[in-house]
Amino acid sequence: MKNVTVHRYGHDINTDLILPGQYLNLYKAEDLKPHCLEGLDPEFTTRVQVGDVVIGGKNFGTGSSREHAPIAIKASGISCVIATSFARIFYRNAINIGLPVFECPELVEHAKMGDIIDVDIASGTFILNGTSFQAQPFPAIIHEILKAGGLVPYISRKTV
Amino acid sequence: MSLSTTSSASMTMTEKIYAAHSKEKNVRSGDIAIIVPDVVLLNDTSGTITTAQLKLMGVKKIANPDQVVVVTDHFYPPKDITSANSVSMLKNLSRDMGIKHLYDSGRGGIEHALLPEIGLIGPGGLVFGADSHTCTAGALNASGMGFGSTDLAAVLAAGELWVKVPPSIRIELSGKPKPYVTGKDIILSIIGQIGCDGALNTALEFGGSGLGNLNIDERFAIANMAVEAGAETCVFEFDEQVKDYIERSGWNQHSPVYPDHDAQYQSVIHIALDTLQPVLAAPPSPDNCKPLTELLGTKVDQVYIGNCSNGTMTDLRQAASILRNHDVKAEVRLVIVPATNKIYRQASQEGLLDIFARAGAFVSMPTCGACFGGHMGILAAGETAVATTNRNFRGRMGHVDSQVFLANAWVAAAAAVRGEICDPALLILEPQP
Repeated sequence: MKNVTVHRYGHDINTDLILPGQYLNLYKAEDLKPHCLEGLDPEFTTRVQVGDVVIGGKNFGTGSSREHAPIAIKASGISCVIATSFARIFYRNAINIGLPVFECPELVEHAKMGDIIDVDIASGTFILNGTSFQAQPFPAIIHEILKAGGLVPYISRKTV
Repeated sequence: MSLSTTSSASMTMTEKIYAAHSKEKNVRSGDIAIIVPDVVLLNDTSGTITTAQLKLMGVKKIANPDQVVVVTDHFYPPKDITSANSVSMLKNLSRDMGIKHLYDSGRGGIEHALLPEIGLIGPGGLVFGADSHTCTAGALNASGMGFGSTDLAAVLAAGELWVKVPPSIRIELSGKPKPYVTGKDIILSIIGQIGCDGALNTALEFGGSGLGNLNIDERFAIANMAVEAGAETCVFEFDEQVKDYIERSGWNQHSPVYPDHDAQYQSVIHIALDTLQPVLAAPPSPDNCKPLTELLGTKVDQVYIGNCSNGTMTDLRQAASILRNHDVKAEVRLVIVPATNKIYRQASQEGLLDIFARAGAFVSMPTCGACFGGHMGILAAGETAVATTNRNFRGRMGHVDSQVFLANAWVAAAAAVRGEICDPALLILEPQP
């Protein structure tokens, strides 16, 4: 994916900011999408284009286990989330629903809101302002789940 | 020489619980293990997605219906038609899959308070819950881990799930807390010290000579917020108080675990309980820990006493000791929510609910309610709350321009009386005006 836009946020972006609690009685992707990042960046849903990238600092996705948060991000058309580090449950949730998440502290340091970036999801490489960045590789099990497109297809495939 | 030949010695409590529940049996920190939990816990916000994912997976029959506990607590009682549909989905799931442990309609409470109370978790046990505060179980020498909905759909389907066994941080408690210093103050002080990712991907293990000075309710308050430091799980050492608790609750599935004297810890943190003071977590994060003395005079619009960390009898008795002699300030909305049906009835028998209602509090049956901004006490723009809950992120309890200070029940009740953050000791000594 070439020339997509960076939506850059800070450290400790919690899941209440990504998808506020008042919407937790919703669960379908299309119902959650209009509220994505509502607590942090109310303009996000009007700005975002398919393929764009969300970038955060350390401990991205901290707080509530709500899977509604990565579902809303994926439904918005975001191709992947890149952060310095992720909170454990958010990380698993994103992988499980087939939203790629990459730890790449060097890239995070250089990225600004509105930057244009090239993204290669399969290899975890990114080109930002002429510089190439390589994310840390996934453990085998996570690689397999992502390759299948998420935990549901992964399990369905295994049991067939 | 092979490292994997080490015997069962030098293991943490977490490693022991995970090893006992793993298919591999001999797993250690850092290993990927396939775990068969004793309990799988679902609620009405996470359970909807789990139900939808099970359908997508084509699962007609779950691996072990007796392993599953379904609790409707978040938007309970349903606040609107959408929420009622969620509860209905879970009831249908329970019926279709043969899940007997469905706690609905005033028979249950908030999941993490309910589970230990009804003897479904206890020493040596392991629970996977589709809720981040599943770590609350750690207070009883068990291990609880929070997950998202799809992971739990996988557990329901297969009866097991992969996890990476975490390294442990040992929290060594000594001494006795001063008056008005509670479990809440202890965990807020720890999170303030190590930060909201200070225990990322680790287990917190609590023990030491000071542990006996904390009652089980206070340990629940501490265990509940382990996740606010990023921890995967937490485990408290077993003692006489836990033994008494499980004699009443009826838990007998596993034996207690003890840490080996040479267990390996990522780090050890010493907490001298007698040096702590009452603290609050100021917005916008549970790690923004401030001494009570720094926040005196902060104006308050709402006070909320309840939730899965601090809706216990200990909390309600603390609140009642203030509200017995003082009315809630007219401008303040005080909401009090006992965490389970059993706690509600006990509080009723002790006359506490009447004390609360007479003082001007709104008293509710158990629900997660306003803690997560769901219902039953939402904040308007510009409003400030003091709450005994576990999160104070921006907009957590309502409008993005509202604020939440996390505090113990003494401090919360005192704030409701004065309309501002104040020293609860003043209201205990003060005669009724």
